[in-house]
Amino acid sequence: MEITFRDAMTVLHGMLFGGALLLAFSGAASSLRQLTDSPSSGAPNAHALTIYLRVMAALAWITVLLGAYVVYPWYRGVPPVGTHDLAGYPQHLLLANPMTAGWHELGMEWKEHIAWFAPISLTAAAALVGRYGAQLREVRALRQAAWGLLVAGFACAVIAGGFGAMLNKYAPVRGGGEVVLVHAHAR
Amino acid sequence: MAAGVSAARRTDAEGEQAVRVATGPAAATILAAGIGVFALGLCAILGDAISPLARVFTWWRPTGPLSGVTGYAVAIWLLSWWVLRRRWSSRQIELRTINIVAAALFVLGLLLSFPPFMDLLQGK
Repeated sequence: MEITFRDAMTVLHGMLFGGALLLAFSGAASSLRQLTDSPSSGAPNAHALTIYLRVMAALAWITVLLGAYVVYPWYRGVPPVGTHDLAGYPQHLLLANPMTAGWHELGMEWKEHIAWFAPISLTAAAALVGRYGAQLREVRALRQAAWGLLVAGFACAVIAGGFGAMLNKYAPVRGGGEVVLVHAHAR
Repeated sequence: MAAGVSAARRTDAEGEQAVRVATGPAAATILAAGIGVFALGLCAILGDAISPLARVFTWWRPTGPLSGVTGYAVAIWLLSWWVLRRRWSSRQIELRTINIVAAALFVLGLLLSFPPFMDLLQGK
């Protein structure tokens, strides 16, 4: 069982960091709801939620930076003139077929920008919860802002992650050295 | 922006309790996030529509214009956050207005980065 280096980095980008980020949203929403809706005596620790949101923001930054500066250059690689097998050049592979060109023209071109809205939103949400904590209960506009930033971050991460998964289905980023994960005996 | 107005207030249904919370830092955080998202959308469409700008945005060739588009947007976001926070650190700002402005900037940023809308604006 093996995986190419580029595949492995794409997995780290999308499934480990991006996937963990998407999974973390439900916990953040649940904790924020408890913090803002519970009576002060029964509310969860705002400090714990602040740390949780900071970790989410860090995951979002790692995901977009890894995507933009490690995976994306492989995705947009230019094939040498006369190359017929475009498997190693995902952007050109998608654009070569009118049935798949939209995955690049809509999917990647939106994903590469909208993904960055998530870390910005989550950093702001973490800053708000860290600065105001339990005071979010007292000021409706503060609560609305914290929820708005969290929901906006989630929506952008879902769109970016969804397109990322589909792009990797139609034109996977592959190549580089091969990493052997498990040695198995042929039957 | 409606600065220097009354403290942020919330009226609880059960207690008519009003509280004072310094809202300046929150306003700076929220508005700066909106500015950052809008800046990213604006840089994205400018880089797409104007070829010389695409070259300016190419900070790192392997990533192409995306490196500068996102780099400028993050710089604008952080700079605006820093400036607003310094200006509003001890002021009361009407958060409802800030939320509306930030949400509008967010939606505009989303639209400006949405390829069909970018094409529409460029007449493609």
